[in-house]
Amino acid sequence: MCTPDLRGLLCLLLAAAAFAEDAPHLGEPLSAAEVEAIDFTVLPDGSGLPPGSGDARAGREVYRAHCQACHGEDGQGGINDVLVGGRGSLDGPAPLQTVGSYWPYATTLFGYLWRAMPYNAPGSLDNDELYAVTAYVLFLNDIVAEDELIDARSLAAVVMPNRDRFDHAWPPR
Amino acid sequence: MTEQSAGPGYAAGNGLLDRRFFLKTAVAGGAGLLSAAVAGKEREAWMRVPGAGMSESGAPSRHTAHIRRVGVSSKPGTVGSGVSRTPLEHLDGIITPSRLHFERHHSGIPDIDPGRHRLYLSGLVERPLRFSVDALLRYPQVSRIQFLECAGNSGALIAPQPRQQSCGELHGLISASEWGGVPLALLLDEAGVKPGAAWVIADGADAAMMSRSVPLAKMLDDAIVAVSQNGEPLRPANGYPMRLFLPGWEGNMSVKWLRSLRVTAAPAMTKDETSKYSDLKADGRADLFTFPMAVKSVITSPSPGLRLGPRGLYQLSGIAWSGAGRIRRVEVSADGGKSWAEADLDEHVLPKCLTRFRAAWDWDGGPAVLMSRAVDDTGSLQPDRAGVLAGRAPNAFYHYNGIQVWAVSADGEVSNVYA
Repeated sequence: MCTPDLRGLLCLLLAAAAFAEDAPHLGEPLSAAEVEAIDFTVLPDGSGLPPGSGDARAGREVYRAHCQACHGEDGQGGINDVLVGGRGSLDGPAPLQTVGSYWPYATTLFGYLWRAMPYNAPGSLDNDELYAVTAYVLFLNDIVAEDELIDARSLAAVVMPNRDRFDHAWPPR
Repeated sequence: MTEQSAGPGYAAGNGLLDRRFFLKTAVAGGAGLLSAAVAGKEREAWMRVPGAGMSESGAPSRHTAHIRRVGVSSKPGTVGSGVSRTPLEHLDGIITPSRLHFERHHSGIPDIDPGRHRLYLSGLVERPLRFSVDALLRYPQVSRIQFLECAGNSGALIAPQPRQQSCGELHGLISASEWGGVPLALLLDEAGVKPGAAWVIADGADAAMMSRSVPLAKMLDDAIVAVSQNGEPLRPANGYPMRLFLPGWEGNMSVKWLRSLRVTAAPAMTKDETSKYSDLKADGRADLFTFPMAVKSVITSPSPGLRLGPRGLYQLSGIAWSGAGRIRRVEVSADGGKSWAEADLDEHVLPKCLTRFRAAWDWDGGPAVLMSRAVDDTGSLQPDRAGVLAGRAPNAFYHYNGIQVWAVSADGEVSNVYA
C-alpha cells in the first residue's frame, strides 16, 4: 500500500476517534478461546486453517456421499457448479471457470467447504473429511497427487494453475 | 445534447419536449379535474357505505396486489440460493417498498434469534469484542437513503440476442431504501485497530456463512451496521437483525445477517470474491475487487409489458444512480441516440442513491427508440452496450451498466433491443 493510502487511513481513524467519544462502549471482551470458536477466516497464507488432514483417496468417498449429487461424478456434469476442467479455456469463446481453471488459491476451497458445504448440512463434515474432499477436488484437477496428504501447511503451499492471472482493482490507482 | 431533428417547442428529435413541460401545464390539468368533480352529484358504491376498519399491518390495494417481485429463481437442488428482483416498471419515486426489495441469497434466509445473535469483532485489534443486538441498538445511529445493487444486475444484457423480459426482470437487482444503523468506525475505534490492518473479513450467519473481504478504508469511511430499513427493523430477507451496508459498492459485499468482522492485513480471497464477483477479461486475465457500482440509468416507463395507448403525450420516467456519488444529469433520446434532451430530475438527488428522472414525450404513433444516459458528479458518463462489453470475456456479466435501448413499435409494444 502506498503512502497516500496510509495517510488517508490515518485521517479516517482520527475522524472515527473523535466521533467515538460519544459511543457507549458496550462491546464485551472476547477471549482468545471464543475467537477460536467463532472464526472461520482462512487466508491464502494458510492462517486460520484448522488441524486435520486427508488425501484424495479418502476424499473420493466423502465426495460421493456428500457432493456428487449436485456437482456430478468427477466434478463435472452435475446440476450445479462445475468443479473440474476448463484449463486453457479462459481466453476463448466459451470460458469455463472451475476450481482448476480459475480459482487463484487452494485455501479458498477449504475455507468455502468449511463454511458452506455440503449445501444441505454445512458443518456436518469433520476437518479430516474437509481436507480429504479438498484434496480430491484438487486431484481431479491434476493439481495434487492422489496420495498427497493435505493439511494446513501443504494446502497453503499448493500453487493453483491460474494464480498469477488476476489483476487487483483495489486499491484504486 | 444535440438538436438535430427537434422542431419548434421540442427539446430533441421524435417528440421529446422540454423537461419542464409537465410543470408548466400542471395548473390547467388540475382545473380540469375540479370542474369534472362538481359537474355531477353521483356516488360510487364505495361512497355509500363506511369503508373497512383499521388493521395492525398494512397491505397494498387488491388492485395492485399483482405488483410483486419478479424473476424469482434458485439454483437447481436449492430453494434459497438464488435471486428475486424488484418490479421496477411498476414503481415510482426513489424508495423501494421493503416487501419488493430484491433478494440475493446464497443459502436461504436464516431464522435468527436476536437474543442469541452476536456481532464479533476480532483480528488485528487491541480488544476483540462481541456485541449483542440490544447493545448495538444503544449506539449512535445514522440513516441515509441509498441504493443497493447486485453486481450481477442487468447481466442478461450480455446475451448475444436481446432477451424479451420486463424492466424488472432485466434490471431489478437494484433497490433503494432508507438504511439506518451504527457507523462501523465507532465499533472499530472501540476495538482499537492495530497498525498493519488493511482489510476486514465480514461473514454472515446464514448457512453459507457468506463472506467477503472489505477494505478497512471503506469500513472507516461510510460503512454502517444496518439495523433498520425504511423505518422498520430489517426484514429477514434483508439481514435481520443486522447487516453490513456499504454505500455504492456491489451488493454482495453488504453482508446480510452480519456475525463476524475479522480485521486483517490482507484479503481472505473468499469464494465470493475470487471464483464469483470477479471479472474475466477477453485475454483470460481477471479483475478482482471491482467494488464500486458504476453510473447507470434505465427508463422504467414505458418499458416491456407497459404497452402505450393512443399517440400523444407520455411521460418517460426512470431511475439513475452511481456508486461514485450524485447524479449530475440524465439525457433521454426518442430517436435511438441521434438526438438527446435533458430529463428533469426529481427533487431528491442524493449521493449513492436512486434519482428519479422524467421527460415529456409527444409520441407520433410511429416506431421510436427510447434511451437514457446518466452522468454522475465525478463526470463519469454511462457507456453504451458495446462500450461495456469491449475487452470482456464473453461470459463476464458482473458490473454491466450499458445504456438500455427500448424499441416502441407502431402498435405501442415495447421491446428490448440492442442499438
